[in-house]
Amino acid sequence: MGMNKSVDILGVSKIFSLDSGDLPVLGKSDFHIESGEFVSIVGRSGCGKSTLLRIISGLEIATTGEVQIGGRRVERPSVLTGLIFQEPRLFPWLTVEKNIEFGLHRKIEKTQRREVVEQHIALVGLSGFEEAFPRQLSGGMQQRVSIARTLINQPNVLLLDEPFGALDALTRIHMQNEILQIWEAEGSTMILVTHDVDEAIFLSDRIIVLSDRPGEIKKVISVDTSRPRDRSGPRFMEIRREIYTEFFEDSSLSIEYYV
Amino acid sequence: MRNSLLKRRARKLFLGCLAPFVILASWEYLGRRGIINLSILPRPSVIMDCLAEMIANGQLKKHLLVSAFRVVKGFLIGGGVGLVLGVLCGLSNTWNDVLSSLIGILRPIPMIAWIPILILLLGIDEGSKIALIAIGTFWPVLLNTSRGIRNTDKKLLEVGIILEKSRSQMLTKVILPAAFPFIFTGIRLGVSSAWSCVVTAEVIAAAVGIGYVIMYARELLQPDVLLIGVLTIGVVGLLLDVVLLQIEKRALRWNEADER
Ligand SMILES: Nc1ncnc2c1ncn2[C@@H]1O[C@H](COP(=O)(O)OP(=O)(O)O)[C@@H](O)[C@H]1O
Ligand SMILES: [Mg+2]
Repeated sequence: MGMNKSVDILGVSKIFSLDSGDLPVLGKSDFHIESGEFVSIVGRSGCGKSTLLRIISGLEIATTGEVQIGGRRVERPSVLTGLIFQEPRLFPWLTVEKNIEFGLHRKIEKTQRREVVEQHIALVGLSGFEEAFPRQLSGGMQQRVSIARTLINQPNVLLLDEPFGALDALTRIHMQNEILQIWEAEGSTMILVTHDVDEAIFLSDRIIVLSDRPGEIKKVISVDTSRPRDRSGPRFMEIRREIYTEFFEDSSLSIEYYV
Repeated sequence: MRNSLLKRRARKLFLGCLAPFVILASWEYLGRRGIINLSILPRPSVIMDCLAEMIANGQLKKHLLVSAFRVVKGFLIGGGVGLVLGVLCGLSNTWNDVLSSLIGILRPIPMIAWIPILILLLGIDEGSKIALIAIGTFWPVLLNTSRGIRNTDKKLLEVGIILEKSRSQMLTKVILPAAFPFIFTGIRLGVSSAWSCVVTAEVIAAAVGIGYVIMYARELLQPDVLLIGVLTIGVVGLLLDVVLLQIEKRALRWNEADER
């Protein structure tokens, strides 16, 4: 509420030093994301999308530049900046309930703790599965546990790194709707990395197209239609074409390869 | 479904008992026919009588208890030190580098070679025996613990970092549980090593204990007692492993694939 949840990427670049030499992964990028905005990042595999998210979360240190959240420089990871990985990364030895409780950072008394955990289990539609172990859940359910584990700290900024990449098409669409609901309810700033152009258009206010490695911001596209969006509407198609042209302008080969 | 499972179990049990039964039966037969020299290898029925007597007069229990006590002490010392050093080696490269040369030299030394040194250092009494058991337990616990900790999934560590867990929370809630299957393997190997070490130590020098029973029976030319001693060692070793496997199965319930 009224809190500044904007994200500023200021002159951020990243070079990994490997034994075989330097690997530039991100070119210098500047970008401002409004508080409460939903932004997607699309780009080819290996162009540095995950690296950029990891830098925003504080898990990775930028070679140059800095990231500011709410006007303050990111120094280290914080539970107020949630990062959801592509894999659910649950602790296999903990039940659903305990996995979600593991996320809880603030110290609160036991009964209240249970209540908050229970609330978040319900939020991601997993009531009845409290005692299940991750092994017993489908990929989609596991990813929901992972989302609940992150949401339990009510992060200001939620970073999602291809969170639905491993799910089947129907589950994925279902999860996209849930993420929209969560976004509307929590009012957090969302940054979603995805390789699914439709997903980006369906969810985002703006879409950042990254160039191939080293990733640089190649184009920013505003999705100006109102939600819920019609995946087969004319404006949707138009934006989709615009993004595909961005990807394939430099090589006619890739069109055959990708389409 | 259940029925076929039971059938399979029964079959397995039957096949498992088959070989020992055939051996015992032919042994008894050959003994009765006088083909086997009974003063060297008494018949199974004679051995059973002797076993019944040793149980009745409390001899077996007395020696077993003494050995078991030594195992527990040595295991706790060796396992405890192995666990702590294993965690240190697993967590810190410095500790690992410091200890790796020492481990490299000491580890290949066979248990039997430690005995003279330990007797020299600690005397012939309890101390040297317990030290031997401790050393035998120490290695598997140390090596498996450190390997388990080094093996911790980096991806799970990152989850802990993202969620701002403290160092001690990382250790107790992420690293140790992740390494637990390895640590438990170390403990299981440690227990079986401890059990064989106590026998080694007692065979060399002792006045009581299951290893002593064997040595003493050899000196008195009591092959039946000797065989009972040897078989007891085998049976206890087997029981220990079965029990530990059951505990492991319980503790690693989460690791079992799809029970639903
Ligand atoms: N820790 C690291 N050390 C060295 N190279 C890395 C590291 N992390 C990522 N890379 C390399 O950086 C490039 C971009 O990786 P990533 O950000 O994961 O791309 P994307 O998520 O867009 O597929 C890849 O070539 C990858 O191999
Ligand atoms: Mg990636």
